[in-house]
Amino acid sequence: MKYRSVFEIIGPVMIGPSSSHTAGAARIGLVARQLFGKAPQEADFHLYGSFAKTYQGHGTDVALLGGVLGFDTSDERIKDAYREAEEAGISSRFIEEDEVTHHPNTVKVVLRSGDYEMSLAGISIGGGKVEIKELNGFELRLSGNHPAILVVHDDRYGVVAGVASILAARQLNIGHMEVSRKEQGKEALMVIEVDQNVTARTLGELKKVEHVRQVTKIHE
Amino acid sequence: MFRNAEELVSAAEREQIQISEVMIRQEMQVHDRSRDDIIAQMERNLDVMERAVNRGITESVKSVSGLTGGDGKKLHEYMMINDTLSGNLTLDAVAKAMSTNEVNAAMGTICATPTAGAAGVVPGTLFAVKDKLNPTREQMIRYLFVSGAFGFVIANNASISGAAGGCQAEVGSATGMAAAAIVEMAGGTPRQSQQAMAIALKNMLGLVCDPVAGLVEVPCVKRNAFGASHALVAADLALAGIESKIPCDEVIDAMYRIGQNMPTALKETGEGGLAGTPTGRRLRDEIFGEKQKA
Repeated sequence: MKYRSVFEIIGPVMIGPSSSHTAGAARIGLVARQLFGKAPQEADFHLYGSFAKTYQGHGTDVALLGGVLGFDTSDERIKDAYREAEEAGISSRFIEEDEVTHHPNTVKVVLRSGDYEMSLAGISIGGGKVEIKELNGFELRLSGNHPAILVVHDDRYGVVAGVASILAARQLNIGHMEVSRKEQGKEALMVIEVDQNVTARTLGELKKVEHVRQVTKIHE
Repeated sequence: MFRNAEELVSAAEREQIQISEVMIRQEMQVHDRSRDDIIAQMERNLDVMERAVNRGITESVKSVSGLTGGDGKKLHEYMMINDTLSGNLTLDAVAKAMSTNEVNAAMGTICATPTAGAAGVVPGTLFAVKDKLNPTREQMIRYLFVSGAFGFVIANNASISGAAGGCQAEVGSATGMAAAAIVEMAGGTPRQSQQAMAIALKNMLGLVCDPVAGLVEVPCVKRNAFGASHALVAADLALAGIESKIPCDEVIDAMYRIGQNMPTALKETGEGGLAGTPTGRRLRDEIFGEKQKA
């Protein structure tokens, strides 16, 4: 079951005009920002399907950019995202792609700051709910049924155990977990689905584990 | 968790509780939250809806594109001074539904029910039937839990996205949700709520998502208007004891399959239907200029 809460149906409280194209887009932008960990210098948005065809009319552009600025779906500053981005020194590009994707509302966000680059592909499935499909080339196989934590870390021994022990101390039960890496000793990714909601405090604790670079959560 | 409308209604009948109570208890259990916490969050959503409705019927809001705005206020003023044909309660729901969507198109703050494009139907009907049924604040909050319960079933078995399922999945879903909620507020049974939902959604099947210039404005604002009136009629039919020959869950399944068969041009791409008419294309070009013509 994709939807698990009544507040995914009655909600979110948001700035109009479209839950999938505005609120969902803002959420994908915000997840990208949280994973990036700071304001990027450059933000590229590759738009597919309905996103590519109607993004201006739906405010998808300002919503994505607003998310990257750290704004939530109900933040009225979304309307002024271009000006806010300029003031924050973020340059943005929106690229309409022709490629057909599995889901009509798909966006690939590429954030850059100096030498550091991060890419994330997300889809907006309706009512403001989103799924993250790819991070830095890692394919994410999230069921979307449970709250999920993404941990970007260095491929070193003990990191997985460090993260798992914090979750255990907080009585969070892991339902599904995947660890993947591109190269031994380089960047790795943990995808953890848990049964209970994850608080900001727990995320903060996870971030302090040695060799962990970024932490974010996807579903409420 | 209840997986379909039949499980939802059966749970209510078995426990002898309302649909809203089934939804509240499930939310408490699945998310390990207190009743007070959940009720408080829904009340905040209710407050957002009330502000949007009031803003739309008192201010002449204008959308960023200039395509829509001010019609909710216009209709509200008309019904106040004229002897209307369709009746004041119906038109009040229609005016308030349109108002909410006009505020949405103006990039104002709304609560998605289940989406922003369909955000007018549930609050529009709620703030209209309120004047007749005189509900307590708690009953108004429960109205949203009933709507949410049926929306939950649709979202998990079909779709609530115009891009995936057409307008039937957005305004159609909202209309079914509102019809079921009106029935509970009016004192009907859980079974009657389910019937109202089925009757309302059946009549929305096949509705395409064809927004002019891709904007959530034309025809979305007026589709919400009619969604509100449909919901009221469906609720009355169900309260009169009329039943849908096709069971509720099968109607939802039919909606899902129709959505899958619907061409992409009619699923929120702003290409087919009303968006593809000469006037629809002209409006798009006027709004976006040369850039979009390519």
